[in-house]
Amino acid sequence: MRRQLEGSRAIAETVACCRPGVIPAYPITPQTHIVEALGTMVRKGQLAPCRFLTVESEFAAMSAAIGASLTGSRAYTATSSQGLLYMTEAVFNAAGLGAPIVMTVANRAIGAPINIWNDQSDSMALRDSGWIQLHAPDNQAAADLHVLAFRLAEELSVPVMVCVDGFVLTHAFEPIDVPEQEIVDAVLPPYRPRQVLDPDDPVTIGAMVGPEAFTEVRYLADRRLRSAPPAFERIAAEFAEAVGAPQRRARCVQDYRATGADTVVVALGSVTGTLRDVVDSIDGVGVLTITMYRPFPAEEIRAVLVGARRIVVLERALAPGASGIVTSDVRSALAGLDVPVQTVIAGLGGRPIGAASLRELLARPGLEDVTFLDLREDVIDRELGRETVREPIAERDGEAAVESAGERAGA
Amino acid sequence: MPAQSVKFYQVGSRAVGNRLLDAELRTEQSSAERRNSITSGHRACQGCGEALGARYVLDTAERVTGGRLVTVNATGCLEVFSTPYPESAWQVPWLHSLFANTASVASGVAAALEAQGRTDVRVLAQGGDGGTVDIGFACLSGMFERGDDVLFVCYDNEAYMNTGVQRSGATPAYARTATTEAVGPIPGSRPGQGKDLPRIAMAHEIPYVATATVAELRDLEAKVERAMSMRGPRYLHVLVPCPLGWGSAPAETVHLARLAQRSGLFPVFEAEHGEVTSVLPIRDRIPVEEYLRPQRRYAHLFADPPRTDLIERIQQIADRNVARYHLDPHEIPHEEGA
Amino acid sequence: MVLEATVRAATRSGRLACSAAKGCAVWRIRVHGRGGQGVVTTAELLSIAAFRDGHEVQAFPSFGSERMGAPVTAYCRISDAPIRTREPVTTTDVLLISDSTLLRQDDIFPGLTADGYVLVNSSRPWGALGLEDRLGGHRADRLRTVPATLIARNATGRPVPNAPMIGAFAALTGAVSLLAVEAALRERFAAEVAERNVRAARTAYEFLRGEIPAHA
Repeated sequence: MRRQLEGSRAIAETVACCRPGVIPAYPITPQTHIVEALGTMVRKGQLAPCRFLTVESEFAAMSAAIGASLTGSRAYTATSSQGLLYMTEAVFNAAGLGAPIVMTVANRAIGAPINIWNDQSDSMALRDSGWIQLHAPDNQAAADLHVLAFRLAEELSVPVMVCVDGFVLTHAFEPIDVPEQEIVDAVLPPYRPRQVLDPDDPVTIGAMVGPEAFTEVRYLADRRLRSAPPAFERIAAEFAEAVGAPQRRARCVQDYRATGADTVVVALGSVTGTLRDVVDSIDGVGVLTITMYRPFPAEEIRAVLVGARRIVVLERALAPGASGIVTSDVRSALAGLDVPVQTVIAGLGGRPIGAASLRELLARPGLEDVTFLDLREDVIDRELGRETVREPIAERDGEAAVESAGERAGA
Repeated sequence: MPAQSVKFYQVGSRAVGNRLLDAELRTEQSSAERRNSITSGHRACQGCGEALGARYVLDTAERVTGGRLVTVNATGCLEVFSTPYPESAWQVPWLHSLFANTASVASGVAAALEAQGRTDVRVLAQGGDGGTVDIGFACLSGMFERGDDVLFVCYDNEAYMNTGVQRSGATPAYARTATTEAVGPIPGSRPGQGKDLPRIAMAHEIPYVATATVAELRDLEAKVERAMSMRGPRYLHVLVPCPLGWGSAPAETVHLARLAQRSGLFPVFEAEHGEVTSVLPIRDRIPVEEYLRPQRRYAHLFADPPRTDLIERIQQIADRNVARYHLDPHEIPHEEGA
Repeated sequence: MVLEATVRAATRSGRLACSAAKGCAVWRIRVHGRGGQGVVTTAELLSIAAFRDGHEVQAFPSFGSERMGAPVTAYCRISDAPIRTREPVTTTDVLLISDSTLLRQDDIFPGLTADGYVLVNSSRPWGALGLEDRLGGHRADRLRTVPATLIARNATGRPVPNAPMIGAFAALTGAVSLLAVEAALRERFAAEVAERNVRAARTAYEFLRGEIPAHA
């Protein structure tokens, strides 16, 4: 049944239906509403026998999740931004250990400068941590993806990150159908760990591996990760069937008027909705939404983009000195095709991505290879102008430097 | 794999436990039936105090839990020398995740066991001093304050031995390490409080905190047994000499641990809920010089001319410990409220 | 639950009121107030009420790390078609202003449509707000004040104006029904608190309808 819910609430209720065993949680905006809701449910005994741990850091959160997962409990946590980076070492470790943890990342910018608003710099920074990364285009998908994430994680014994645009989705109220318990139970069987700490069957987990076998370990992990797309498609189809809603069937990539379009805009996450509104009024432009970003579904993407005459990749993160992160992946998926792939950096640090700007951008005749949407040129020009008149610090010495410091102090 | 049967020979010390005692008075280590939790064939150095300590602790924990034990291990010597892929020296369920997160992983393990209703299975986490007092400190403090049901054991060899003997927060004053060379006016590790983790653990008012050394086997085993008889966060800090890092003879490991205790530099005590409940008194106290002199990490104190001033500073640390923990059995007890 | 089901059944098939009233397919609403006034909750309650009336609704805050007293904005869209866009509301059909001290801010009125509605929480009549220079040409019947804080304090004991603002919104625009507003309050708050807020919303609704005199 559809209810008017906050995205975070819908995610929490969906995770609750997945019967988690252990939830270690540490607060960080904009993820907090999710774990607050789960903590209350645990307190009220609604998730019994689930344990909710208020840990002292994100690093501890992921570590406790690893311990719980490898002791045979379904483990879940959520984080954002600095928190994701703070737990980075344990994030990689969870993948290496094959702990099928599910984590929500409420996407948020990374400082400095500190910024609590949405972009995808955080999950992009950890795209090669060995986790499966799913990006939710809207809040219904955000809820549904968590059920698929647990099933996929446990089938492959690989952790899954569900990325949800912070605030834009986590704090938005809209009609959402939280999957019913019976449906989740039908799609998600009880967790059966591949390896478990058990006195009745003592095993050593996390041994040291030297040069003689490390490459093989990595090869096998890569191979297993690459088996995720077909498994995801199968599980998503099964789930859509169970909820009786074909339109909720998730796919690795979602084609919206993209096949056969002249221009295809490639994007991840919540900007999908605005983009679809925009391209509805422009002939020959479609949208390709990447839901599964890791492993990268190169074949699926190539299949949709193969006929396009222009690709525009809308990036909600910036690789400083290298521009577009997703662009590089898309280019490699299109190897051998003579089609321009242009990068648009948009929505950094919570800058709204407006339909009017997108419409103007797509109509622009000669789009450059890299464009910053709604860049405030006046601010840039003023600052660059200031820098050209500034003396390089290295050349200052003695009295001149003192004088200059005095000027600054007096200013 | 069944536990390997163990051969003994009389070593003339209290290290292995005296088999001439009645069976019920013998140590776990004197039993041929002991679990042998970390079995032979691992790659620890000769005379490794940590390997010894881990075996003592885990064999006892295995016995008192009836084998219902799982372990979590920090990165460090113990992890590296025990699990060179594809081999493992561990006869117990064993999980290694990272260097800093051992206590948090153990919290997760304990939470999972509780969620599964398997509270008969107990959790023991272990690491070296670096993984405990430095990089793992935040996770450990969190585990303590939450009241998680874990025994955390620190095998303290007073420096980062796995990476080549660098200073840790547990390195004692004036000890030479690779990052505190014995040069300059204040050679070796800078004097100061360092991190006294047993006292920090006590400040969390957790059910049980104890210190021990690999020299006092019976004492160590009794403390593991006591710890495992309780629930909630417990902390055991075991002094484990390191021949490589301390510059001592492999055969001197147990002896050096005993000298550390007898000098007063390593106070051995138990505390419950933040209060000291018992101490191992020093009946035959020695000057610190006797403990320091056999270790190359202190060689600069005994050069020509010797640094008697620094030795005296170390003696003051020992004296303070003796007074603070009332380690002198001849001390006239202070009359409360008199 | 029986009552709620009835509300849903009675209104589910209703077309969006604005279709008739102003010929638009979507209501675009901005709520301005200060931290502590329940601005985000106002947008949330509005969205629940409109959803209960059978519409597609989206509500979201302006996502600040605002503290008590700092200006806060929240947005709401009500439509008969699924809402896909995620951008903040710029072109605005309705402005709900929970704190009249914000009226002098530059970013309040831009984007207001020519025939848009403005509802200000104030005990004073509209003419006393001094907004002639900014909204002089506007349709006078769409510019109203409501003493929402006063009503809230009388009904709930707390000076949080969100329930009266929504009640007044329902009366002013017809975009949501009073029944749905009441149901939303009962969904969002626990029993007794909900009933007090329902009283507050009704009072404001009646005030706007002219059923009780101004400054009562």
